[in-house]
Amino acid sequence: MTVMTMRQAISQALWEEMEQDERVFIMGEEVGLWGGTYAVTKGFYDHFGPERVRDTPIAEGVIVGAANGAAMAGLRPVAELMTINFAFLAMDQIVNHSAKLRSMFGGQFTIPVVIRAVGGGGRQLGATHSQTPDVVFAHFPGLKVVAPGTPSDAKGLLKAAIRTDDPVMFIEHATLYQTRGEVPDEEYLEPIGVSKVQRQGNDVTIVTYSKMLQVSLLAADQLAQDGVEVEIVDLRSLRPLDMDPVMESFRRTNRCVIVEEGWSSYGVGAEVAARLYEEAFDYADAPIRRVAQKEVPLPYNRELEQLALPQVDDVIRAVKEVL
Amino acid sequence: MDKGEMLTLYHEMVLVRRLEEKAAELYQQGKIGGFLHLYIGQEAVGSGVISCRRPEDRVITAYRDHGIAISCGMSADVVMAELLGKTTGCSKGKGGSMHLADVNLNFWGGHAIVGAHLPLAVGLALADKYQGSEAATICLFGDGATNIGYFHESLNLSMVWKLPVLWICENNQYGMGTAVERASAVSEIRRKAEGYGMPNARVDGMDILQVRAATEEALKHVRKDGPFLLEAVTYRFLGHSMGDPERYRESDEVQKWKDDDPIGIFRKYLIENDLYDEATLDAEDQKVEQEILQAVDFAERSPDPEPQALFEDIYIEELP
Repeated sequence: MTVMTMRQAISQALWEEMEQDERVFIMGEEVGLWGGTYAVTKGFYDHFGPERVRDTPIAEGVIVGAANGAAMAGLRPVAELMTINFAFLAMDQIVNHSAKLRSMFGGQFTIPVVIRAVGGGGRQLGATHSQTPDVVFAHFPGLKVVAPGTPSDAKGLLKAAIRTDDPVMFIEHATLYQTRGEVPDEEYLEPIGVSKVQRQGNDVTIVTYSKMLQVSLLAADQLAQDGVEVEIVDLRSLRPLDMDPVMESFRRTNRCVIVEEGWSSYGVGAEVAARLYEEAFDYADAPIRRVAQKEVPLPYNRELEQLALPQVDDVIRAVKEVL
Repeated sequence: MDKGEMLTLYHEMVLVRRLEEKAAELYQQGKIGGFLHLYIGQEAVGSGVISCRRPEDRVITAYRDHGIAISCGMSADVVMAELLGKTTGCSKGKGGSMHLADVNLNFWGGHAIVGAHLPLAVGLALADKYQGSEAATICLFGDGATNIGYFHESLNLSMVWKLPVLWICENNQYGMGTAVERASAVSEIRRKAEGYGMPNARVDGMDILQVRAATEEALKHVRKDGPFLLEAVTYRFLGHSMGDPERYRESDEVQKWKDDDPIGIFRKYLIENDLYDEATLDAEDQKVEQEILQAVDFAERSPDPEPQALFEDIYIEELP
């Protein structure tokens, strides 16, 4: 095991997959000469060259569209969107093409594309650059949507995303790049569509993913000091959504809090709670609670922004409510 | 082009025409659902352009795709089966009129969102360049598609990366019901390529021989130096899709273009140059009638998809 940052883990995953498969290439804004706006592809341009690390114009429609086309023709593109907010400019390519080219033509086309997109709030970037719209993409059958919360998951899941023949939206959280964690030294893949218990406990089940996994882990540490042991299930992918570990945990704890950074309306919490009520209603000893962003566009002002984003204290309060 | 190839092309154009007429009939009978965009009037463009391609060249187009599919080598049986939503259709009945494709024929669809297949063409051509292939990608689209961002993003990137794409604008003069002059600041579409430093040309899209000559020149450029925009001026004789009230144009305008029917022009050429006589061409027309009857029979006898097909071909990998 080596301790490294999320940024290093993601960078390693890309590097290793490019080393072992000539068909894998990267395209996006500032991925080459600049080295990636989040420095994920630093050093790639010099090592792999301009054919495989392709700087593009600022034109998201053709970035994702050309990646789709190249995937149809047998390459394995990794298209980087500087922020997930810009994915809205490529929405038609993502939801009408990446997600549908296979089924709409009776299975003739294969779209092994990975769309890497950086999301999340908390950096005072204002309303249009701070969103966490992960569920928007998870709404569409045909896509896989992955959002890791630890360096080791990020590396293993990104390698799996590049190797799967299905289109994957791979969502990285901008404030997690410096998060450190242990990463195996040997080659490994993490399966897409498998939730993972990141902390064990018998009192309350927290269901979460991405940045909110780290927030929930901090809340769990504080709750443990009060004698409350929470179990944390990390979804890791929103589609396919693996509910098995969630169900297993909920049937044991009978209490659940769902923590997500995006807005709660029609969100991950809504989906997970609905499934729990549908399939495990009799196990509930308290109403399921959702912790999420306040239903406002994120403001620039630091205090206001933090007020809108879910905090450790919000998680602790919600857990205490269901106890 | 030798004499035999000319007869083949004549046959193909008539086949496209009759197929579309039969499709309109089946639509009115309720056997074809959804949208149905007919290619009638534009046959010389599809047949002319695609007859110039090498087998390794890729073809991709918009939703007015039945004729393009035929020109790429798809049988009328398979086209008709897809229109009727049958399992024997090229997309197993899941795509319909707007989503014909056959990877084995190097025909990459049939795409229903205006302009959205232009970036796909960029990617197809990128893949060929990346892998050192000599293939070109031929991307057809209408005049309406040249006003959307995709067109500009795609032309620009194809030029920046010097990709082997032949952009073919089928200027049929209307984006749905809006005349090109009412929707585009520049009605001579080829001029839009100038903004990207891209070589371009304009050709009479009603004359298949002119279309072929222009395409051959353009493809030479594409294979050697990168993208080229060829505008083929054509006309759709029928509405945008079935059910179009056609309040936006006068019947004498339609008649003027119909007098320049692309099949009629080619037929006249073949006869006047003593290449074929009336009787031979009439016999060819008769063969087409038989092919259409056979295609409808094949499609109608083919099975509908089973209910379990609903969940097939969505993901490749089984979910854990």
